[in-house]
Amino acid sequence: MIGLLHQILSGLVTGGIYASVALALVMIYQSTHHVNFAQGEMATFSTYIALALIEAGLPYWGAFLATVMISFVMGAVIQIVLMRPMANAPVLSSVGVFIGLLLVFNSITGWIFSYTIKSFPSPFEASRPLLGGFLSPHELGATVVTLAVLVAVYLFFRHTKLGLAMRAAAFNPVSSRLVGIRVGHMLALGWGLAAALGAVAGMMIAPVVFLDPNMMAGILLYAFAGALLGGIDNPAGAVIGGFAVGVIENLGGAYVVGTELKLSLALFTIVAVLVFRPNGLFGRVLVTRV
Amino acid sequence: MAGTRMLAIMAGLACAVAIAFALSGYHLFQLTMVVTYAIAILGLNIVTGYNGQISLGHGAFYAIGAYVTAILMSNYDVPYWATLPVSALICAAFGFAFGLPALRLGGLYLALTTFALAVALPQLLKYPALEPWTGGVQGIVISKPEAPLGLRLSGDQWLYLFTLAVGAVMFLLAANLLSGRIGRAIRAVRDNPIAAEAMGVDLALLKTRAFAVSALYTGVAGSLGAIAVQFVAPDSFSVFLSITLFVGLVVGGVASISGAIFGAAFIVFVPNLAEQVSKAAAGAVYGVILIGFLYFIPSGFAGMARRILQRMIPQRPAMLVRTEVGVRENGHA
Amino acid sequence: MNARSRRRPVVLMAAALLFAGPSGVAVAEDMPGVTATSIKIGQTEAYSGNASAYGAIGRTLTALFKSVNEAGGVNGRKIDFISVDDGYIPPRTVEQTRRLVEEEGVSFMFNALGTPTNTAVQKYLNMKKVPQLFVATGADKWGDYQRYPWTIGYQPSYRTEAQVYAKYILKTAKAPKIAILFQNDDFGKDYVLGIKDVLGSQYDTLVVKAVSYESTDPTIDSQIVTLQSSGADTLVIAAIPKMAAQAIRKVYDIGWHPLEFVSDVSVSVGAVIKPAGVEKAVGLITGLYGKDATDPAWANDPGMNEWRAFMKANMPDADLTDANYVYGYGVGLTLLQVLKQCGNDLSRANIMKQATNLKDLEIPTLLPGIKVNTSPTNYHPIRQLQLARWNGKTWERFGEVISGAGS
Repeated sequence: MIGLLHQILSGLVTGGIYASVALALVMIYQSTHHVNFAQGEMATFSTYIALALIEAGLPYWGAFLATVMISFVMGAVIQIVLMRPMANAPVLSSVGVFIGLLLVFNSITGWIFSYTIKSFPSPFEASRPLLGGFLSPHELGATVVTLAVLVAVYLFFRHTKLGLAMRAAAFNPVSSRLVGIRVGHMLALGWGLAAALGAVAGMMIAPVVFLDPNMMAGILLYAFAGALLGGIDNPAGAVIGGFAVGVIENLGGAYVVGTELKLSLALFTIVAVLVFRPNGLFGRVLVTRV
Repeated sequence: MAGTRMLAIMAGLACAVAIAFALSGYHLFQLTMVVTYAIAILGLNIVTGYNGQISLGHGAFYAIGAYVTAILMSNYDVPYWATLPVSALICAAFGFAFGLPALRLGGLYLALTTFALAVALPQLLKYPALEPWTGGVQGIVISKPEAPLGLRLSGDQWLYLFTLAVGAVMFLLAANLLSGRIGRAIRAVRDNPIAAEAMGVDLALLKTRAFAVSALYTGVAGSLGAIAVQFVAPDSFSVFLSITLFVGLVVGGVASISGAIFGAAFIVFVPNLAEQVSKAAAGAVYGVILIGFLYFIPSGFAGMARRILQRMIPQRPAMLVRTEVGVRENGHA
Repeated sequence: MNARSRRRPVVLMAAALLFAGPSGVAVAEDMPGVTATSIKIGQTEAYSGNASAYGAIGRTLTALFKSVNEAGGVNGRKIDFISVDDGYIPPRTVEQTRRLVEEEGVSFMFNALGTPTNTAVQKYLNMKKVPQLFVATGADKWGDYQRYPWTIGYQPSYRTEAQVYAKYILKTAKAPKIAILFQNDDFGKDYVLGIKDVLGSQYDTLVVKAVSYESTDPTIDSQIVTLQSSGADTLVIAAIPKMAAQAIRKVYDIGWHPLEFVSDVSVSVGAVIKPAGVEKAVGLITGLYGKDATDPAWANDPGMNEWRAFMKANMPDADLTDANYVYGYGVGLTLLQVLKQCGNDLSRANIMKQATNLKDLEIPTLLPGIKVNTSPTNYHPIRQLQLARWNGKTWERFGEVISGAGS
């Protein structure tokens, strides 16, 4: 029984990791209607920047803020320099560019920062484990941060003019332009915000899984799965999806099929859910006028 | 026009055959892999490029084909050529089965599902219960086919010609299929499913069949690849393979038959080029080349070739333009 | 054309033989890839892809041979080291290996990385009688001198290491309850096999739980929880550094205190113990064969200082906590010894003969007392280990240097 509880808790902690990255994916999807496969590698790169700043002597929160801003600029610049000229390219070519970005970021990160794993400081440090080791203070703190980011993203998209304009720009660029929305700016903003959210996620994840250039490789897939499970147009859904994936995976691995099929079972479950709810558990069904 | 086209194809094939007697073993092996990947990319193109169902997991079908061949050859002593039809059938069945849930999913959701298949497959191949067949993490080593008696060819020459022959047949069949009535229906489903349905196309049947044919092509490519490499292991078929095939598709050109050949050449030769530029960041160089290519030629090699052809033969652009529009429309889907 | 250019050295050789007359016995043998002033050596390495961390080995070897060449080479010959990328993808390894052997005409392959990758070309190289020297993998199968006489391993096999742990467990505990965490690939499964070798029929009773993880899993917390609830009192961690560090930390955090073993792959103080927490790893046991650059015990060691001087002079920007640089240096020195022993007879047969005739070779980066030994019936160059326990500051070696059984 203790074991079961522990599995669920550790699933929630891992799920929180997926949820934080899933939020960045929702951000980019809401604002550009693309899913950026390089999101994870960009976040890893940002985390290394944070580590470099901390090692250079900046206090944690100073480095945190600086990293978020640098990442924002990085994302916006990539959109302006790389994606904007490709606005009319086939969607599959954009995916090709995302794959290229993934390779570039992964390789550059290893080249600059080396491949050895590094520990990353946590702002919530207190080395004593909580609840008999079920949870660490950092894991608790990181989950709170993820939920805070979720609320911020939700409020941003639902209750600010800018958020509405961004959604509109992604949903229907032509009409948006007609009502005076600067679509180009909105897309760059979306990329910047997604990169900034990714950076936050990276800095929250790194203390748990340790920092190395491939840190996000596995996480991105689960985050992707979580976002789609919950509905990629719904920040709350994506977060719930992320947590659900973490728990499903742990319980399945521990009690149902064994660890040798843990990953397969998690993915199979998600696909099965999607077959019955093709827009995710909390996603809206899009009705398109023909 | 059709005559000149036929002539060009025949000339290309003749060149490809002649090469077998001009190049050394290593280069023939590379070309064998190019032909193999070209078939795989063509398979992916049928479902993604022509039918508009995005698949990021075709490496899984490639792996299944490779394993079917390896298992038949090593456990049951089936001759290599006889494994191809078996692998084609099995992969088509897998593709059809996979096409059923895919029916309910569109765009990103399908992309994820296929991606998940590719991610999970190596784990399934390692599963202990399947180890007697798959060899588990160790994989299966198979022996290289020799040229049939009476033919004075080296193993590499024979294998290249064999692969080329299989490839030529499969490309001709695909061209035939895609330019005909079924091909038009496949594209119509991509460009405007509602209109297609109104015209009497059975969407579900067509989409699942497109998936089956696509998996068949990629699976046969997997078999040919296994014969050439003489080794299959879960690590050969990581999710990276699916991504590589996808890269070959976009670089070659979406919804293009000849583009598949160029895309295959790209994924075989460019990584080696990248590594010669920088060993410290070979992946980055490859990524930059890929981004640069798509940045300047977003519609891929085939798109560029079409445009050049259009400029050279302005009097007959009708068919070419239509295909180009199709690609663009898909882009906004 | 290519076929012809490949044949040319043979023709030249024959011509040389004619001119040398009856006294020219030394050049009687065909020596592909070798000229009077150079020898070509090939390597496939993961410079791209998800194993690119190991690219450091290839870069170290390149730097090492460059510095050897600047000092005049080996027996007057410069080493032309061609290290190429295979991305850790077996089909590309086949392609690149064939390029090296058929196009570049290398004399032999050296320290190619990876188990699946080397497996893919083992048959080919053995058929062509091209030496496949000191492969960079700890799988046990590289010592199979009867079936594959042209392939030789290097480091102690994972399986041997696991056997050492199992023997130690049986010696120290009456009725141990063993738990195993292993990576779901050839590396992790070799540890399970090694433990099985020793426990035999007792395996099912003594090993209460064995669980796997995938190298792409973000965390292994769930696995540790499962292992703890099995009631085990002994834990063997067959994991790569990232997962090992997570496991050591989690075991400590949940208040579990098993007798804990960790794979030799994950002993780096800088990359495993420190991230996990130096106090959380106290009591951890491993089997060592090399010196760890980040262990304070070797801060003033002459052997490691030699390595540090080499790094400073040739790779000043490298991250010295990365164990791959130490590994690369050590295996490179081993090859230099083989080439020295070959003298002027650099035929493939003699290279293989000398590679399997290393006697008590001391390498500065190996632990004191651990030597490289090979023979025509021993294709496991390093087969010794010494157990060591983490005491909070350094790895404290205890007991004898143990010679593994090998196969």
